[in-house]
Amino acid sequence: MNNKYIPLAATIFVFMALFGFGSAQFDSFFSMRVFTNLFTDNAFLAITAIGMTFVILSGGIDLSVGSMIACVGVATAVLIEHYQLHPLVVFPIILICATLFGSFMGFLIEKYDLPPFIVTLAGMFFLRGLSFVISIESIPITHSFYDSIADFYIPLPGNGSLTVSTLILLTVLAGAVYIAHYTRIGRNIYAVGGNEQSAALLGVPVGRTKLFVYSANSFLAALAGIVFTFYTFSGYSLAAMGLELDAIASVVIGGTLLSGGVGYVVGTIFGVLIQGVIQTIISFDGTLNSWWTKIFIGLLLFIFISLQRLISSGLLLKWWPSDKKPLVN
Amino acid sequence: MSDVEILAVTGLSKSFPGVKALNDVSLSLREGEVHALMGGNGAGKSTLIKCLTGFYSSDSGKVFLAGKDISSLKPDQIQTCGISTVHQEVNLIPTLSVAENIFLGRQPKIRGRIDWKTMNSKARAVLARLNLDIDVTQMLSSYSIAIQQMVAIARGVDMSARVLILDEPTSSLDLKEVEQLFSVMRRLTAEGTAIVFVTHFLDQVYAISNRISVLRNGHYIGTYEKADLPQNALISKMLGKTISDKTDSSTKKQSQDQDEKEVYLTASGIGKSGYIEPIDLKVHQGEVIGLAGLLGSGRSEIAKLLFGVVQPDTGRLYVQGTEQLFSSPRKAIQQGLAFCPEDRKKEGLIGELSVKENIILALQAKRGWYRALTGVQQEKIAKDFIKSLKIVTSDLNKPVKELSGGNQQKVVLARWLASAPSFLILDEPTRGVDIGAHQEIVRIIKGLSKQGLAIMVIASELEEVVDISDRVIVLKDRKQIKELSGDEISEANVLSSIAEGAL
Ligand SMILES: Nc1ncnc2c1ncn2[C@@H]1O[C@H](COP(=O)(O)OP(=O)(O)OP(=O)(O)O)[C@@H](O)[C@H]1O
Ligand SMILES: [Mg+2]
Repeated sequence: MNNKYIPLAATIFVFMALFGFGSAQFDSFFSMRVFTNLFTDNAFLAITAIGMTFVILSGGIDLSVGSMIACVGVATAVLIEHYQLHPLVVFPIILICATLFGSFMGFLIEKYDLPPFIVTLAGMFFLRGLSFVISIESIPITHSFYDSIADFYIPLPGNGSLTVSTLILLTVLAGAVYIAHYTRIGRNIYAVGGNEQSAALLGVPVGRTKLFVYSANSFLAALAGIVFTFYTFSGYSLAAMGLELDAIASVVIGGTLLSGGVGYVVGTIFGVLIQGVIQTIISFDGTLNSWWTKIFIGLLLFIFISLQRLISSGLLLKWWPSDKKPLVN
Repeated sequence: MSDVEILAVTGLSKSFPGVKALNDVSLSLREGEVHALMGGNGAGKSTLIKCLTGFYSSDSGKVFLAGKDISSLKPDQIQTCGISTVHQEVNLIPTLSVAENIFLGRQPKIRGRIDWKTMNSKARAVLARLNLDIDVTQMLSSYSIAIQQMVAIARGVDMSARVLILDEPTSSLDLKEVEQLFSVMRRLTAEGTAIVFVTHFLDQVYAISNRISVLRNGHYIGTYEKADLPQNALISKMLGKTISDKTDSSTKKQSQDQDEKEVYLTASGIGKSGYIEPIDLKVHQGEVIGLAGLLGSGRSEIAKLLFGVVQPDTGRLYVQGTEQLFSSPRKAIQQGLAFCPEDRKKEGLIGELSVKENIILALQAKRGWYRALTGVQQEKIAKDFIKSLKIVTSDLNKPVKELSGGNQQKVVLARWLASAPSFLILDEPTRGVDIGAHQEIVRIIKGLSKQGLAIMVIASELEEVVDISDRVIVLKDRKQIKELSGDEISEANVLSSIAEGAL
């Protein structure tokens, strides 16, 4: 097997092992319902983690996504409740504004060569502050459209269900995999993350690529924010605190190298699902504190980063003996 | 070659802080010619190439492609205009597959999406033109530098429509691959492609080029028909002075008194399965040992084994009589070994640090950080090496990544020379350095060995190995096949032992 698939395979294995463990422990665990709920409950995290995957693949980072989700929630709630706009009018407005915000961050990063960490940290404070300025209180959303969204689902055998959140997630996932592997812009993202200077010398439009990455990520974070309101029926400025770190953790557990250039969108989904399974196991158990999730995630992160280290140092040893290394003849 | 001009550069100037890298440079390229661009390290060749491919914006001057002004276009636009470039040192993406590197930015598509299957098979075909048969789906970083360089060339060759620019493409290649490249170049020029070729190997220039342009210190010196410019004239135009023919070889070959010299390092049956067959080796103090062999014959592998980069699975290693096991390069350095690797970009320099800091790094590490060199000492050491190796830099404190390729190579070398080791391993010490510095480096190596240093030199250029070594070990297919010493050392003997391949 190609070396580069090892982290992905390891992630999928861990997910299956955890799911198997849960099924062995608890009677009703092994079911379509539990499985599809994993998607429903974590759709917003998965959507924003997909965006984060692109950012990390390009060699960057984006800390603003948690605040973006909160800000989008509050703004959506205000526009629907106070300004009496229909949600289907509100969503495009929100998504467009968020994308512009992302392109602005991308512009700063690319044009002035500022570190993404700092720019997006500023973005994080700005958006969180903005949410508080819009409203300190939690604003409930009572529009009937939200009820119909909550009621809609496609039933699956075994009590499973594809909710609106899940359907949005699956659409985003399909689009992301397509972009990552079947378009030039996607491959350019990998190239920029692999070696920015060489990419430029090879004629990759580095600036445009980065602009795309940060715009797309803010778009997805905003979409995640909208999906988040489907669960909470409200907008709250304190929501999704630290969610950017959960997203980054999912990406890394999913096998993407933090240094950029290597990784898979599908891996990220499994990274999210792993966190979801651990939570489900804990809630089935009933005696464990839900903060145990964090401890497990911490351990997993550690293990995965060590694993990547091992593999990448194996790759660096290009003189390593192997039959796949031919001599020039 | 026709007389139709395809590319014209007029009055190009480019300054970096502290240096005028290009000063009113002109160049004219004809359809179907190989045009050698020559000049010492830091003369401005790579800068000129980066200006005319849109990677740097020039301060003044214009570039015309077939009469059309392309001076203000972006790199990707210039690429689509039909100018393809293989930049100095491998500038590919290590984390992408070989096939992707060849087709990045121009992947074949089917129904709007990237067609991986076609891409991979096309990549195989492109590489086959260079006689290279490798798994194109593997990551680029899993291959050796030489193969990476071939991949970069394959990309350039495949893209070239009207102009192909090759900036020192042959630095990591050996004879066979160079010949392969030349035959591809001939085919391209026959189809009308114009080729700009940069190299420090004069033989290659005279073998392939039609015309030669010379740069010196950022100034355009002139363009000459190959026939009108004998080697000596070319060298004096490049360096601005004549240089003496060859260093004196009277001091050479001292095999007789070898027994009197003390043995510094003994390797007995040291090897690693699948990596290198067990070898026996004795290195004396004050002796230069050369490792000769084709690419992939195991030369660098031996060096890495001795230096603790890779652990052997059989054999023993003795340093000055006591058995040693180097589990890491750090242990080896503490014992007085030094290793100047061939891939300076990845294993050598720290680009952000200054020239001075890069030079004193190894010496400082060896002394331990609590015995820091004073600022004055650091400056003196750095200045000495900048002078003796003729490193072109505007300032001691310039970040090393802003130096020209050849000058970076000299900095790596200076670092290891400065560390005052007792056994120095040099892997391709003269790669990419100009002819003036080449001689200087050979002179320094000989001088050090006279002072009692044990030195091991790996070089693809046979002439260099033969010239410099007191003893030559010939390798083939990762096996030690022959040892030559004294008068046996000659290019012909090395070649014939490689050809025979037996003991
Ligand atoms: N990015 C940069 N910043 C500052 N100075 C630079 C930069 N790039 C090149 N230079 C300087 O410009 C001069 C010309 O460098 P260039 O790389 O063009 O030389 P070269 O002819 O290609 O030499 P070599 O044979 O060593 O590759 C050198 O003095 C170098 O230090
Ligand atoms: Mg150069």
